[in-house]
Amino acid sequence: MVRSSSSLNILTGIKQFVKKTGVLLWFLPLAFLAVFFLTPLINIFAVMFTHPGVINVRAILQPLWFTIWQAVISTLLTMMIGLPAAYVFSRFTFPGKLIFRLLTTLPFILPTVVVAAGFTALLGPRGLLNSALMQSLNLDNPPFLFMNTLGAILIAHVFYNTSVVIRVVGSALSQLDPRIEQAGQVLGATPVKVFREITIPLLRPSIWVAALMVFLFDFTSFGVILLLGGPKFSTLEVAIYTQTLSMLNLPMAGLLSLIQLFCTFGVTFLYSKINGKRTIPLMPRLKGEGIRVPVHIREKIIVRFVIIFLVLLLILPLGALAARSVTQTDIGTGTGSRFTLAYYRELFINRQDAFFYVPPAQAALNSLIYASVTVLISVTFGILVAYAQVRKRAVRRWLDPLIMLPLGTSAVTLGLGFLITFNRPPLDVKSFPLLIPLAHSLVALPFVVRTVQPTLASIPGSLREAAAVLGASPWRVWREVEAPIIGRAVIVGAIFSFTISLGEFGATSFLARPETPTLPLAIYRFLSQPGALNYGQAMAMATLLMLMCAISIGLLDKVQLVGQSEI
Amino acid sequence: MDRLEIINVFKDYEGEPLLKGINFSVKSGETLCLLGRSGSGKSTLLRIIAGIETADSGEILWNGKSLTGIPTYRRNFGLMFQDYALFPHKNVAENVAFGLRMKGTPSSEISHLVLQALAQVNMSGFEERRVTDLSGGEQQRIALARALAPRPRLLMLDEPLAALDRALRMELQEELRDLLHKTGIPAIYVTHDQDEAMILGDEVAILAYGVIEQSGKPEEVHRLPKNRRVAEFLGMTNFIKGLVTSIEPLQVVTEFGLFQPGVCNRKTAKKGDRVTLLLKTTGAVQVKTNKQLNALSCRVADCTFRGDYYRLSVSVGEGDLMSFNSQESCPTGSKVNLHLPDSSVVCLDK
Repeated sequence: MVRSSSSLNILTGIKQFVKKTGVLLWFLPLAFLAVFFLTPLINIFAVMFTHPGVINVRAILQPLWFTIWQAVISTLLTMMIGLPAAYVFSRFTFPGKLIFRLLTTLPFILPTVVVAAGFTALLGPRGLLNSALMQSLNLDNPPFLFMNTLGAILIAHVFYNTSVVIRVVGSALSQLDPRIEQAGQVLGATPVKVFREITIPLLRPSIWVAALMVFLFDFTSFGVILLLGGPKFSTLEVAIYTQTLSMLNLPMAGLLSLIQLFCTFGVTFLYSKINGKRTIPLMPRLKGEGIRVPVHIREKIIVRFVIIFLVLLLILPLGALAARSVTQTDIGTGTGSRFTLAYYRELFINRQDAFFYVPPAQAALNSLIYASVTVLISVTFGILVAYAQVRKRAVRRWLDPLIMLPLGTSAVTLGLGFLITFNRPPLDVKSFPLLIPLAHSLVALPFVVRTVQPTLASIPGSLREAAAVLGASPWRVWREVEAPIIGRAVIVGAIFSFTISLGEFGATSFLARPETPTLPLAIYRFLSQPGALNYGQAMAMATLLMLMCAISIGLLDKVQLVGQSEI
Repeated sequence: MDRLEIINVFKDYEGEPLLKGINFSVKSGETLCLLGRSGSGKSTLLRIIAGIETADSGEILWNGKSLTGIPTYRRNFGLMFQDYALFPHKNVAENVAFGLRMKGTPSSEISHLVLQALAQVNMSGFEERRVTDLSGGEQQRIALARALAPRPRLLMLDEPLAALDRALRMELQEELRDLLHKTGIPAIYVTHDQDEAMILGDEVAILAYGVIEQSGKPEEVHRLPKNRRVAEFLGMTNFIKGLVTSIEPLQVVTEFGLFQPGVCNRKTAKKGDRVTLLLKTTGAVQVKTNKQLNALSCRVADCTFRGDYYRLSVSVGEGDLMSFNSQESCPTGSKVNLHLPDSSVVCLDK
């Protein structure tokens, strides 16, 4: 009797614990994080002591210093262009604004290899500019040196991050109640004073948040440096990569990773501090309120400047990429450029004699499979986490920062962690190809949570209660009320994680085996090989990848969400 | 003596005409209440006067001089926004000081003037508070202090009490009226509430369908609405159609009997003119028969006690519902004859 009642007590205790904490919801995602994120991080720390290797202080300080100052300059340049652009987008209408707005979302999900290929296609030795110059001036060598310069790195960073500034600052600016600025004018403040005393102070937290975000992206930049900067420039990320894969100096790679982690977590911490301060009540404007056609000369000039710059920065490289993928240039023969689909046809041909015998079509198929699995994993865990966090505030407090951690961890660090953790069967990269989508899921999970959770939280409790009062069972309530509402958010999250996986380069470069590359890896390989055909195929693949991303953006635009917070 | 004149102002909104020739004026010591439904263009008119928006045509004159081309920040007008538009990043004192600083007032004077302005709206001691922590009524007072502190030449208030609850609104109406009179600054007060307009306005102007339908002293407008639209706007509901049968004295025959209006807003009335009679709710008494002037035979649909009087809802003839205030109660469903004094019968245009 006594025993059974005590075991009953334990049972009800467990039941209560489950109910109180919602453990069923967060246990699996937490286990996932522990095994595939925290363990690799700890192992990076451990590897410094367990593996032989040489720690070279100079080899740390050099990339660290370069990482910091290139990130600072990149951020400053980005802000210089992004802030006027944010102003123009949130205050004026101009022809083609819709297309430009869509265009500015492109860099968010465009893989680094595509961007690198785009700038190569435009400014590289075989690029459109150099081809044109060589043909018209009859030169033997490309006159314009762009590849492997600091300029290439900076331009690519500006390309990527201008959109961040436009998004973050622009949305704050367009939510700013115009009456607050008008009140300033009525009280006698000139437009300059209104801007200085009202607009800028109200935007300051958003500007800082944008700058820190941009800095973080520039700080952890990997693909851009590797592809456009060449061997001369090494950031921490690139140093980790080379120390691991070329020098096989794991302790050094581990130490670099830790320094990297320390820096990114510091910036992320600062970011969340400031982001939390963005509590100034911004009243949403009526749609289109306060947006007008530029009137003054000054306004017209700034709008033109921004449009021209966006065209040069965003459209030209991508256009060049597409153009370069269908043109053949015969410099020696002097026949000039002509249209060709040869590069695309080559994608499906398995040339055994080629150095890399994996046909690009196979790489594309690998990418699609990995991306699908990533969607499955990240969406499942994302929904669980979103529910756990919405149900229990207390859970949210500790679970949310944990979920967001992978965002502050560089992809290369993640790859390194995976590499040294999962190097024994059955969980090794060779026999467990699931590791790649698992790594991608870690990166994608925060995005899914950030999309689904606000939507879920925005469902007022009264809606569920109303449905229940009207006679709907909990299951019916979920099916009829919650599922349709979060459905779109789930789709958006799925598209996000699909494109993240499709374009992921840093972690994948550690994990993919030579015979099963993903599309970005294949592009990288073809791009770093000599020969017109390799180059052309890289262009063709990058164009295809770009198209896939463009389709994703089109889809995202179609399923726009209400009350969506930017990540 | 300052004077603001609005002359023939037109403004389109999203392709639809919103203001179709607005004319009025307001001078020192005077509060003009602009009464109109939401969407009638009241706020737009204020924004045009402030210079935030520009009229498509027409002119705003200040003491006879056109304000066209003078930017908002040089007009020295005060505008209190409907949602107050307090600067969320500045505290109470900084908000109130803003206009003074823009005028270049020396900082030694500013702190003194800020205290004065806060005292004026009974908000002394709130200097260091964050405006985002204030209640609606407190925000309203700070917004008023901010608008008044730089001593504007003209004060415009855009539904300043709309967001507040009824009790607070009543209290603040009195306060506002006293304050506006004390400062003597010409004021334009925009509202959709006719009672508020009557309480606060030295003049009321009714804005409907893009024009000022009628303006004048509150009593005048109330005593003699220009047409049925204005009367309806003021909350009057009893109208009957009729035919003029005699001029001296003016008598109108209707399907419910013969009426002799005590008030007529028609410049000329001829025998045979079709007119609309407005029957005001006040002064109705029960009489034995309806066979006399200004009497109606009706059935009581509802009778509610309103404190000082009973509100009778009655159906007349084919079931037109009208309401009257009576000193006596009557049972629902009973037939009564109501007699109205001459002054409660108003002859309007068709």
